[in-house]
Amino acid sequence: MLVFILRRLSQTALVLLVTSLLVFAGLFVIGDPVEILISPEADQIERERARVALGLDKPGWMQYLLFVKNAASGDLGKSFVYGRPALDVIFERMPATLELATVAMLISIFVGIPLGLYAGLKPDSKIAKAIMAISIVGFSLPTFWVGLMLIMLFAVQLGWLPSTGRGPTVEFLGMQLSIVHWEGLKYALLPGINLALFKLSLIIRLTRAQVRENVLLDYMRFARAKGLRKSRVLGVHLLKNIMIPLVTVIGLELGSVIAFAIVTESIFAWPGMGKLVIDSIFQLDRPVVVAYLMITVLMFVFINLVIDILYSILDPRVRLTAAKN
Amino acid sequence: MTTPPLSVQPVDETPWRQFVRDFMQSRIALCGLALLVVVLFLALFAPWIAPQNPYDLSKLDLMDSKLAPGAQSMMGSTFWLGTDGMGRDMLSAILYGLRVSLLVGVVSGVIALAIGASLGVSAAFFGGRYEQILMRIVDIQLGFPAILVALILIAVLGSGVEKVIMALITVQWAYYARTARSAALVERNKEYMEAARGLGLPTWRVLLKHLIPNTLPPLIVVGTVQVAHAIALEATLSFLGLGLPITEPSLGLLIANGYEYMLSGKYWISVYPGVALLLTIVAINLVGDQLRDVLNPRLAR
Repeated sequence: MLVFILRRLSQTALVLLVTSLLVFAGLFVIGDPVEILISPEADQIERERARVALGLDKPGWMQYLLFVKNAASGDLGKSFVYGRPALDVIFERMPATLELATVAMLISIFVGIPLGLYAGLKPDSKIAKAIMAISIVGFSLPTFWVGLMLIMLFAVQLGWLPSTGRGPTVEFLGMQLSIVHWEGLKYALLPGINLALFKLSLIIRLTRAQVRENVLLDYMRFARAKGLRKSRVLGVHLLKNIMIPLVTVIGLELGSVIAFAIVTESIFAWPGMGKLVIDSIFQLDRPVVVAYLMITVLMFVFINLVIDILYSILDPRVRLTAAKN
Repeated sequence: MTTPPLSVQPVDETPWRQFVRDFMQSRIALCGLALLVVVLFLALFAPWIAPQNPYDLSKLDLMDSKLAPGAQSMMGSTFWLGTDGMGRDMLSAILYGLRVSLLVGVVSGVIALAIGASLGVSAAFFGGRYEQILMRIVDIQLGFPAILVALILIAVLGSGVEKVIMALITVQWAYYARTARSAALVERNKEYMEAARGLGLPTWRVLLKHLIPNTLPPLIVVGTVQVAHAIALEATLSFLGLGLPITEPSLGLLIANGYEYMLSGKYWISVYPGVALLLTIVAINLVGDQLRDVLNPRLAR
């Protein structure tokens, strides 16, 4: 186990290094941030001063080495645009993204599993077929397009929900959150549904497949034969057994929800990390882009690692050495 | 497992004919195929079908801008799907956009298939360290969502048609590599492979003429799904402003352009390109689904 974790961690370091090198090299090639940041009227001396202040006067490889050296001590550089540490800028936006991700995950779990259960238990009913059709649609439609349609229907035509921005925030457990009260939650609903749709379809399909496999197994027949109440057979026996693959997928999707939030945040002007990184790419704010990608990649690798470990604990049949081949 | 049919197969039953017959069994897949053919036809012949050349600025008239679908232009022609903020006929813009979207999707899909298949098949064939390292890279890459990988690459490469294609290839090759490897692992141990090697054929010939053709069916299935994904991903990147340049608007960019007008109720600028995108993706997926059923050796009759 320890060897496995150590190997994964060293692999993580390698992935981070390669990503940072790639991103750094790439960002170095495109555009000159000074041109965007400084007013066109600035003279040569002013430009040069800005270049030195941002550390852009040094050759590219030196900038990268400096970056790696500072990154090792937790300093990912200063944002060109905000003039503050890039990490601070990102962490400031993080609650908004996590909030959105939470809403999306909750919707997909609490809507997806019941619908999947129903579709798996009564596969031939009309409603089950409708559920599956919706899940196929949710799978194949591009997220941004669904977002636009949601805005058009619920915000423009019906006027039920606001379409852009984040609602007023309140202090909650030391964080500025908007979803803990209705005024703020209203704003999170449309983007939350938008972000949830793909996961929702995934969870519906997975639950249905699991249920269909499990209802035929002996333990289910035995539980029914014992005369247990239907709610107990389904709620305890069945649900427990289909949980393992579901937990894995839900965990894995947690990371991808944060990545996909980039699209949803851009559509709904939700002030999270995803919107920040898109803006930063346009403004050539290299430190923020690099820091965002580092954090996201790190988060991903970490989630994957935790799930692998959890999986081996939940299901003894899965041996970690299997990861080798 | 289904039991094999008892009836003797007709003599003229070639694999191709059997494939066509199997494919025709699903009506919904046939609808998908018909839709796909129409979409391909429209995209291929867009310059001849489209009422106007949407990129020819001299043909555009600002007086025609933001007209509702079915409105008459100053020149007397009808804008069936309305016009955008520049006075561009949406129908023409969509036809040209379809061309760009399909081109990017198909080109990136084919190149990714070629790269992924050769790497995957060679990994299965040669094995050893090479296989281990390659599959490790595939695993790591598939651990990240496509949108994130594409975003990193676009941030690195900058935008433009060939950059987007490059990013899409990088996103997709790993799927093909994985599929090709598992298919080749199965094929590798079959008798015909032994026969080919026993004949003393050179390695490249065994790989190219014997192994790769037999790994194609699953790759084609993955390929159709991936092309649909690539088109959707390109549209997403373009929508975010990170994909194709304004000079070559794909469907995603058209949708993005209409976005600002949508809040004021001028839905058609965004909605119709979206519908075109949707129909394309759904058509490809329907065909892909049926291909999977037909080409799946486990369901083979």
